Amino acid sequence: MDWNYFLELFLGGLTRGSIYALIALGYTMVYGIIELINFAHGEIYMIGAFTALIVATVLSMLGMNQFAILICAMVAAVVYSCAYGFTVEKLAYKPLRKAPRLSALISAIGMSLFLQNYVLLAQTSDFLPFPSLIPDFEFWEPYAHVISSQELVILMTSFVVMVLLTLLIKFTKIGKAMRATAQDKVMAALVGIDVNRVISVTFIVGSATAAIGGVLIASHIGQINFYIGFIAGIKAFVAAVLGGIGSIPGAVLGSFVLGWTESFFTGYISSDYEDVFAFMFLVFILIFRPAGILGRSETQKV
Amino acid sequence: MKPILDVKNLTMKFGGLTALDNLDLDVREGEIVALIGPNGAGKTTFFNCITGIYNPTGGDILVRGSGKESIRINGLKPNKVTQKGLARTFQNIRLFPNMTVLENVMIGRHCRTHSGILGAIFRGQSTVREEQQVVEDSYAILEKINLNQFVDELAMNLPYGAQRRLEIARAMATNPFLLLLDEPAAGMNPQETSELDELIVWIRDTEKISILLIEHDMKLVMSLSDRIFVMDYGKKIAQGTPDEIKCNPIVIKAYLGEEMDA
Amino acid sequence: MVTFEEIKKSFLACIWFMFLTFPIMVIRVNTVQNEIEWRWKNMILIGIASFILSFFWRNLFRQKIKKGKQKDPYENTEKISIFQKVLKEKKYYFPGTVALCFFVIGFPLLFSLYQINIMITALIYVMLGLGLNIVVGLAGLLDLGYVAFYAVGAYSYALLHYHFGIGFWIALPLGGLLSAFFGILLGYPVLRLRGDYLAIVTLGFGEIIRLILENWNEFSFGPSGIANIPRPGFFGIKMSLEGHTIYLYYLMILLVLFTIFVVNRLQNSRIGRAWIALREDEIACQAMGIDKAKTKLTAFALGATWAGMGGVIFAAKTTFINPASFTIWESIIILCIVVLGGMGSIFGVISGAMILILLPEYLRAFSEYRMLIFGVVLVVMMIFRPGGIIPDIRRAYKYKSKETH
Repeated sequence: MDWNYFLELFLGGLTRGSIYALIALGYTMVYGIIELINFAHGEIYMIGAFTALIVATVLSMLGMNQFAILICAMVAAVVYSCAYGFTVEKLAYKPLRKAPRLSALISAIGMSLFLQNYVLLAQTSDFLPFPSLIPDFEFWEPYAHVISSQELVILMTSFVVMVLLTLLIKFTKIGKAMRATAQDKVMAALVGIDVNRVISVTFIVGSATAAIGGVLIASHIGQINFYIGFIAGIKAFVAAVLGGIGSIPGAVLGSFVLGWTESFFTGYISSDYEDVFAFMFLVFILIFRPAGILGRSETQKV
Repeated sequence: MKPILDVKNLTMKFGGLTALDNLDLDVREGEIVALIGPNGAGKTTFFNCITGIYNPTGGDILVRGSGKESIRINGLKPNKVTQKGLARTFQNIRLFPNMTVLENVMIGRHCRTHSGILGAIFRGQSTVREEQQVVEDSYAILEKINLNQFVDELAMNLPYGAQRRLEIARAMATNPFLLLLDEPAAGMNPQETSELDELIVWIRDTEKISILLIEHDMKLVMSLSDRIFVMDYGKKIAQGTPDEIKCNPIVIKAYLGEEMDA
Repeated sequence: MVTFEEIKKSFLACIWFMFLTFPIMVIRVNTVQNEIEWRWKNMILIGIASFILSFFWRNLFRQKIKKGKQKDPYENTEKISIFQKVLKEKKYYFPGTVALCFFVIGFPLLFSLYQINIMITALIYVMLGLGLNIVVGLAGLLDLGYVAFYAVGAYSYALLHYHFGIGFWIALPLGGLLSAFFGILLGYPVLRLRGDYLAIVTLGFGEIIRLILENWNEFSFGPSGIANIPRPGFFGIKMSLEGHTIYLYYLMILLVLFTIFVVNRLQNSRIGRAWIALREDEIACQAMGIDKAKTKLTAFALGATWAGMGGVIFAAKTTFINPASFTIWESIIILCIVVLGGMGSIFGVISGAMILILLPEYLRAFSEYRMLIFGVVLVVMMIFRPGGIIPDIRRAYKYKSKETH
């Protein structure tokens, strides 16, 4: 067995997984609170990547240095993704909070379709090359054959974001309110939690992590188009379900599991059916363990 | 007389929580039996176990329709249980809101009719006849229960008391020998409750359907029931006639709490 | 009355959307030539549009709330639209039907080949919409992989013809049956899944089928697809292209009529009622003695049958198929037809298909924005008119009351 190849695949899977995790967190948080599969989440991530691309291109023409561009592009991506996430919730989901779940889901699909085509029409349908925003560190040169400095940055950033998110949810006042709302919206409202605000914050936080993921992966892969959100969104959703939707550690765990399985599958078996594999995986999990690895199985209330 | 519903040692565990603990209960033909107990005692769980919504962890549930062998129904799917002749209503009304009142009752006839896809498409003689029979039967039930003024209304537009009665009508349409009513009087005003009282007695006397009900309205329970079972924390704590239950100290304690003893 | 408060709200909305759309709408970068295009005009347009639309938006909400409050349990008249009133009224109904018949029959004589082709496409979508309506509208199972069955139908015809030389008329029922089989195959494992999970699994299933068709070259000829699929024959008579198209048009009319007939009968049957009950309340439905598994599977299978037949016709019409015709967006367009028209309503679905397929064809300016508008349609319909443009009305049955016995 070729251990170097194995290690390469392992680290590749880890990188992949950490990006999925950044997107999956948004799915899982939103689902935890309003029990809606936010179909448009992948599009929020795509808009984040586009915003970063636009800002980076404009700034690089103004001759800014690379590090400043990275920061600015990242900030812009996060700000705009949050704004879109917030607006989507207000327009398409909030009016349907008391409607049947199917209605909200259809509305989410509509929003996803709208945002994709909005970017398609306003920008382009072609793939745009994405500038490599993450610099290659010189001190990392000796280890670059194992894991490139880009991948390192991706891993580190995702790790930091996840830790921050966990801290936010565990220890802050809004985090507590989020957990309470996820448990019982009516009760949370009765004890004085502004449920609408909590839901908005959830969408904003989820969008922010998705945007960070968007910028990282776009910079890693090197090209984007209006459609990247769909596949990435589906995969992140698979990861969230795999871990147990609604559970934050579950989403992270599920993402890594998906990242590794995909990486090993394509590395050792076949790369033609990479996406088929992800979908098959999803179908099997949902059929055999719909609660996911860490999810609680819910008993229906009668 | 052999009971038509005989529950022995019924146990239901959710993870570490024992919701039902070795419960025994029986209903005889022509009886109205009440199951009472404080909130959270496990009454609805008991109903869910019997009607196949949950699969009980242990014990036996035996039913015997009139003139039939008794059969064990543990773990059968809810629709199979209904086919065997048990029908239920729900604590929080579960009608089909966007169907008409008549259609709601017609759904109850589903398990007693047979026409399939081809019958539906070609609409042969037998299908047409069966369909018309379903309509007539359902309308007849609505008339009996005094809901015929609402026939073509959507179920969701009915006043609350009528919705509760429609649930009973829908359950009756499945031709049960035992009707399980989960808090039928909940949310009703005194006028509606007394009408319900009459209705339940009428169902037993005229339609020859035995009744097992969960209820919190003690006045209704005491006036209706032949026998009462009392549950607390998943266990049966007492059983007997209304008069026996009324002065049973254990029951009073369970209902009024420990501090009354002091 | 437009108050100051209203203007302020709209102004804020206007500012917000101008901010929101700024990078995407205003700046267009060309990373290859390093050029930036600034489109300030767009910003102004967005500003004006959002200022005006926000008035409409709030107004629609006010109406929705007012309607909700007005809801008097005994007054149901408001729910019945003018269209339905017309349908009920004999004196409009009869001449209307006659006129429609003449129009339908005369259509190929009045219009060009191009238009007939568009109409055939629209009719295929009517069929697909009516099929999906069984699954989504009646049984309440959100199926996002409907296109998979469409693909199964199309590929069955193409491959059966390629390998065995099987003709259209045998392939049509066969494609339907094969799709029904796939419907059950998919339906069986997902029986236990709740609504939103079901949506995702069916979406995954649809994508799996498409990706397999794209990658399995030996079986499906991959992305290059299959060409030279014969058009439907008519007792072996040789026809010109025009003849074929007109023939296909009448064939489609007959098939759509057949679909309407079957779906209508199913809807008003014991099974149809079971589907609706399943949609309304799964637990109560089971407790009333309905076999949930069987009911769901029949819905899946019957829905898939129409998709399969639609697929066969599609293959026969275009004479060439490849996986690109069967993307997830096709499923969503069909879903859009059902949602816009009215879930569970046959007339609704027909009008939905006509509007969504014909409008973009005839309003060329509009066709570019087709998918964008479909997205808006889904959202807006769900919020303001979940019943669709022509909502389903429950039929009243004839019964004898006791007095007349």
